[in-house]
Order: sequence, then C-alpha cells, then structure tokens
Amino acid sequence: MKIYSNGVVANEDVSLDLKKGEIHALLGENGAGKSTLMKVLFGIESPDQGKILLKGQETAIKSPQDAIAKGIGMVHQHFMLVPSLSVAENIILGVAPVKGIFIDKKRAVQEARDIAEKYNFHIDVTARVEEIPVGVKQKVEILKALYRGAEILILDEPTAVLTPQETGELFVQLKKLKENGHTVIFISHKLDEIKEICDRATIMRNGRSMGTYQVAGMSTDEMSRLMVGREVVLKFEKKPAERRQTLMQVRDLTVHNSQGVLKVDHLSFDVKGGEILGIAGVEGNGQSELVEVMTGLNQNYQGTVRVANTDIRKKSIKEIRNRSLAHIPEDRMKSGCAGTLNILENLFSNQYERKEFSGRMFLKSREMQKKAKEWIAQYRVKCSSYKQKVGMLSGGNIQKVIVAREFSTNPSIIIANQPTRGIDVGASELIRRRLLEFRDAGCAVILISADLNEVLSLSDRLAVMYKGQFAGIFTDAEQVAEDLLGQYMLGIKKDEKLEGAIYESCETL
Amino acid sequence: MNRAKRFEVIRMVFAILIALLISFIIIFFVSEEPVNAIVQLVTGPFKSKRNLANVFESMIPLVFTGTGVCIMFSANQINLAGEGAFHVGGLIAAVAALKIALPAGVSPVVCLLLAAVAGAILTAIPAILKIRTEASELVSSLMINYVALWFSTFILMQFICDPATGSASYSIPDAASLPSLMRGTRIHSGIFIALLVAVLGYLFLYKTKIGYQLRIVGENEEYARYSGISIVKVILVSQLLGGFIAGLGGGVELLSPIYDRFSWTASLGYGWDAIIICTLAKKNPLYTPFAALFLAYLRTGASIMSRATDVSFEIVQITQAVIILFVVAEQFLSRYKHKMIAREAKEALKEEEAS
Repeated sequence: MKIYSNGVVANEDVSLDLKKGEIHALLGENGAGKSTLMKVLFGIESPDQGKILLKGQETAIKSPQDAIAKGIGMVHQHFMLVPSLSVAENIILGVAPVKGIFIDKKRAVQEARDIAEKYNFHIDVTARVEEIPVGVKQKVEILKALYRGAEILILDEPTAVLTPQETGELFVQLKKLKENGHTVIFISHKLDEIKEICDRATIMRNGRSMGTYQVAGMSTDEMSRLMVGREVVLKFEKKPAERRQTLMQVRDLTVHNSQGVLKVDHLSFDVKGGEILGIAGVEGNGQSELVEVMTGLNQNYQGTVRVANTDIRKKSIKEIRNRSLAHIPEDRMKSGCAGTLNILENLFSNQYERKEFSGRMFLKSREMQKKAKEWIAQYRVKCSSYKQKVGMLSGGNIQKVIVAREFSTNPSIIIANQPTRGIDVGASELIRRRLLEFRDAGCAVILISADLNEVLSLSDRLAVMYKGQFAGIFTDAEQVAEDLLGQYMLGIKKDEKLEGAIYESCETL
Repeated sequence: MNRAKRFEVIRMVFAILIALLISFIIIFFVSEEPVNAIVQLVTGPFKSKRNLANVFESMIPLVFTGTGVCIMFSANQINLAGEGAFHVGGLIAAVAALKIALPAGVSPVVCLLLAAVAGAILTAIPAILKIRTEASELVSSLMINYVALWFSTFILMQFICDPATGSASYSIPDAASLPSLMRGTRIHSGIFIALLVAVLGYLFLYKTKIGYQLRIVGENEEYARYSGISIVKVILVSQLLGGFIAGLGGGVELLSPIYDRFSWTASLGYGWDAIIICTLAKKNPLYTPFAALFLAYLRTGASIMSRATDVSFEIVQITQAVIILFVVAEQFLSRYKHKMIAREAKEALKEEEAS
C-alpha cells in the first residue's frame, strides 16, 4: 500500500508476481497506480504497508541504487541521459571502468559495444546522444539498465514516443531479452501492443489490482472493460463535416528556432469552421513551432497567418485569444497551469476580464466559485474542492482543468496540441468527444497528436508533418492505413504536389 | 485544504519552539545568570507600559516593508531594494517637512505621499532594467541599496544638515509629525496606516484583477504568458507598488515621535527584516502584522535582556535564523505530515467501504 502526500491512496492491497523470462504487462488508466507501484519496486517511493519478495526472500528496496544492485532496472518515460555525452559514456556512467583516477575510455567503448552486440542492438556507441533519434535513445536506456546487471526491466510507456516502425523493432528486441531469461514489466495504455508481445497482464484500476490474466486468452474489449470498468467506444460516431467559412489561414510560413535551425518550411494551409484538421508526425518536426506562431507565442516568423480574417502579425497573445481562439498546450505543467495555485485560480487566467467575472478593479469571487463548481462537475474533475492545488491532481485531472478553462470561453478556433497525451482512457474520451461537439457546432479544430488512433478517428482532413513541411495530406482521414501514415511520418514517402491543404475558394490573399 | 493549513500552523509553532530552545541552550552556556536572562527575554516586554509600547513601535516599520516584499515576491520579483526605498522614503519625508511649509493637517499627508513616490522610483529602476535589458532584479536591486544609502547621506549633508549636530538634519516641524497616541509612549498614528496597508495589500493581491495576474506570473510565468497576461506590466506594477509601500513606511517612521531629525547614515535593516516577515506570513500581506508583532516582541525582549543581564542582543539573530531555516525547510516534520495524511486516507477508505 502506498499513500501519497496529497492523501491519495495510490495503491491499495496490490499484489503482483513476476516469473523469470516473461513479459508482464501492467495495464491501467492514468492515476490507476501503475507508476506508483513501479516507483515502489524501483525504490523511489517507500510503501506504507506490504512486502516485496525477491527470489523468495523478503527484501526492502531503499533507493534506486539499491534496486539496481538487486537486479532491477527501469527505463523512464522521459529519458535520463546526458545529451552531450556519447552513447558509451552514458551506458557506463556511474559504473565506469577506471584506470587510476581516470576513466578508461577505450575499455568503456569496448564494454558498451560488447553489451550492445550481446543483445543484438545495432547502435553506434561513439555517437553523441543529442544526435541520435528517440528510438535509439530508448535502446541506450535499455542497455544502460542491462549493463548494470538488470534481470528485471521496467519499461514505463516505452512506445509513447516511437513511430510504428520503431515500435516494431523494440518488440523484436524485447522478445530476445525474454528468451535470454530476462523479465520485462511493460507499462502501457495501448491494448493492441500488449496483445502482441505480453504473456501475462496485471490490470489496475483506481489503485487496486483487477487481477492477473493470460493475455492470449483475452480480447482487447475485455481488457478495456477491466481497465475502465465500462465499455470504451474506440470508434466515434461522426457526422459528415459541414464546412463553413475559413477561420485559419497560413501562407508560406517559415520559422527558425532560436538557434537558427529551420523548423517550419514554407507551410500553407487553411482550416474551415466545422472541420478538424489533424496534424500527425513524429515529435520535433516543427509542430510545436507552428503552434507557437498560430497562438501568438512566437512573433518571429516569415509568411502570413490569419486568424478569423485578421493578420496576427504584431498582435499580442491577448488580442489573438480575444478572437476566440483556445489553445490546449503541449506541456501542461510548463505552460498550461500553475501547480501551486488552486483549481479555481487556474480556471480563469484567460477569461477573468470578462464582465461576468470582474468589474473595473475587483474579481467577482462568488460568480467565479459558482462557475468553477459547474465546470468541475461538467468535466468530472476528481478533486476534493475547487480550493485544491492543481499540482496535487493526477495528470488526467489537470488536463481536464485546462480543457475546461479553454473550452468555457466558447471558442471558434481550437488548437489542441497533444490533448490526450499521457492521460487515462476516460479523460481522453471526454476530451475527444468535446472536440467533436465543437466541430459540429462550427468550430475550426487543429489537432496535433502523436497518437495515430486519435488523429485517424477524429480528423476530417489529415496532414503529416515531416521536417517542417506537410509530407502528405489526406482529405478523407478515415481511409488512411496506419502503416502508410508511418511511412509518411518517417519521410520514406513524400508527396511532391500537395492537394487539399488550401481551399481554392479562399485564395484571396 | 484545512488539513494543509493546520499542518502549516503546527510546523510554524514547532519551528519557533525549537528556535527558542536552541537560544536558551546557548544562553545557558554563555551567561552567568541564565535563568534571569531567559525570564527577561520572554517576559520583559510585559514588565512595563513603556516596554510593551516598544514592541508596537518597532512593529510598525516591519509591517510596511513586509507588505511591500510580500507583493513583490508574490509576483516572483525578487527585488531587495525595499531597504533602499525605506531609507529614501525617510529622507524625502524629512526634506519635504523641512522645505515645504504646510498646515498641520495637510503636511504629513504630502510628506508621506512624496516619500512613497520616492520609494517607488527607487524600486522601479531594477524593474525597468529588467524589462529593457533582462538584468536580474535581484542583483541590481541589491546594489541600488548602496546608491540609496549614500545618496541620502549626500542630500542630508548638503541640504538639510543642522550645523549644530554635525550629522543630522534640522528638527522636523511639529506640523509634519505624526502624533503620539498614548502619553508616555511613542506609539503613533502610523500604526493605523500600517494596518490599513496590510489589509489593502491583501485585497490587492487576492481580490483584484491585477493582483490575480501578479500571482499567476509569480507562480508560473510561462503559463501567464500563454494565458495572454502582460508580463511587463506585472514586473513594473509589482515592483512600483512594493517600493511605494516601503517608501511610505520610511516616511511614517521618520515623522513618528521616535525620530526628531533625519539622522540615518547607516542602513536600518527593515528591508532585510521584511524578507523574514514575508517568509513567516507566507507571502500574504494579511499575516504581516502578526509576523511583525512576533519579531518586534522577540527583539524588544532581547533588548531588555541585554540591558539587564550579560547576554548580548545578537542572540536574537540566532533565534531568527533557526526559525527561518525550519520554516523554509520543506522536509521538516514531513514524516509526521505523511503519517497524519495516511491515517486520514485510511479512515476515508473505511468509510467508503462501510457506505
């Protein structure tokens, strides 16, 4: 049992048993207690009750160092690598072979190479970590754990950042590890992946274990029912799009980042009211830079961006927002909320100046409280009251607060950047449904997402971004296969002539 | 929420008790008459009407600078020029009182307003430097305190110095002075201004639109920008207001019965004490009078003790330091807090199951 400092019982009477040489899935919504359980196993958190048996012996895991010494390795969702060091240096970091007081560089490289070969990981150990792609970084993380003698390997949502091809490669390697007698704990929301590689699955809901099952004898529907306690509709009932006037026009947009690297390359597209434009793509291909320009956060660009028929150059963020634009940011903790302020204070930062909520000087506390309660109920934010600090909520509930705030202004343009990343199925569904409702009501929605299932099922038109350009655009998103999309995402395929990004009827610029 | 607040109070009380305990132990080591010293320290302020009055007198300037710092720190503007603003406020109040002859009712008001504006100008300099050049306000405000100190000394010596005294100004005219409230003490009407400032500071930060903007910037600047809040405005307003209040405090202090002339040629330290007040008050101006009262009590006690016994006044610095250390130490009593929370969570679980 583990109780967090915000009084949340994250794990309650959870039991988990692992066999040697299996891939064991840990499945559950966000806030179900998966990460907490793993943190206890890896020594980051200490349990309030219960015991851990390792090879039949009761042990206490006091710290991550202790866990590593006992043969438990963990690959975090966010990589823990030093970008400026080489792959080999990262692998041996902290347990480096030494020659006198110096690190034996040659032996380090050799040992790193040996371990990579032993497990069939084809990587260049002399490359610098900042220069290698995400998929390879993950391999480095796995090697790091193996080098330290890990027998049990915990992977926290390893496929969240990978393309379909990279995921496939990872699975091959995980299977090899299994054959070598390693045990892998695989944490994921993605049911089809679990079906593909896991032997057994422990399903968690609300801090409790719903039992351990043989994956082979179980359908994805059954899994999702155990996970959320109700049938989740993975397909959305979608009415055909009723397109209205153009609300967002981007022409010849070029953006360089602060280091002068070209991030968005002569991009043009339109979005009309009543449709959802999905933008898929591997992270770092210019999506964030595009969003920054469209929302006014970055003024340093070439080209034209028109929001609701107004050129936004030299317009402040407030002026752009006042043209009823809502923005769900990519990184919710960094720019989407203030964790140290309470829920109410986080619900009005974009609309406290509206007449209902304030006079000339003072805020109208009573009205704000009334609305806050209403929105908390409407978006099913799990909290004790609106006075609770946002930082104390789970990821999915923080996202609900942000979405409630952004959607409550009755926007006509919504820019949703990774709106459901890392949050549970229930909250994701709520947010996706709301996006569709806004689209049906005539709102222009731009959905940037790495979740292919999401962009494919929600978008009316779908663009794939690769190196700052649209590699392809599909006017009928539902007919696109994931494999094909993956090829566009990785730049294997690229359409020379783009059709359907711009509406001819509004070539008035 | 209630639970968290209750815990904060418990933590504060423990911090104070431990700090006092450590001070007592030190007193036992250094003093020939430790019991007497401790009695003087703890009960001294209650011994006479004058002693008790001393507590309230020394509380007044702390409320001003404390509130000013609360406002600047709430916006995460670590401007330390409150010290200089207080000093310049005193100077300008003195200059105005001596150079502008006005009737009794009007004179203090004018002097105080000018003092406050002078304070605001001083703290605005680091703010403008930050907006224009991205210079850290922490460094520039720290340095500007020296400018304020020597500038004040220069003005004093050059323009308002009474040759009879050598290093103090001419006597402040009665028309400009703040009247004493009780005979035989120096408690003055400034205490009402101080309390009013604390309440207004609270209303400003927690009830107004601009206060809301300020706190959002203070907690997460990136989020404030994303929401469309003007960061530049907040940087400027918070620091202007902080300096305004500190300057006002300097003016009030100088026009009070405590001072007859402007004679501040060394730093008084109220700007630094303000950081202690701000920490104890958890950045909420409403709590600054209580924090100021506590600090003033402690210091008055220490002063009485140092006069009556062989223990020096500086012992109180140790007490202060230990309190601050424990208040800001996040991990202090965290184990107890966790147990408290775990117990409540388990009870809640049982209730849930029962129902």
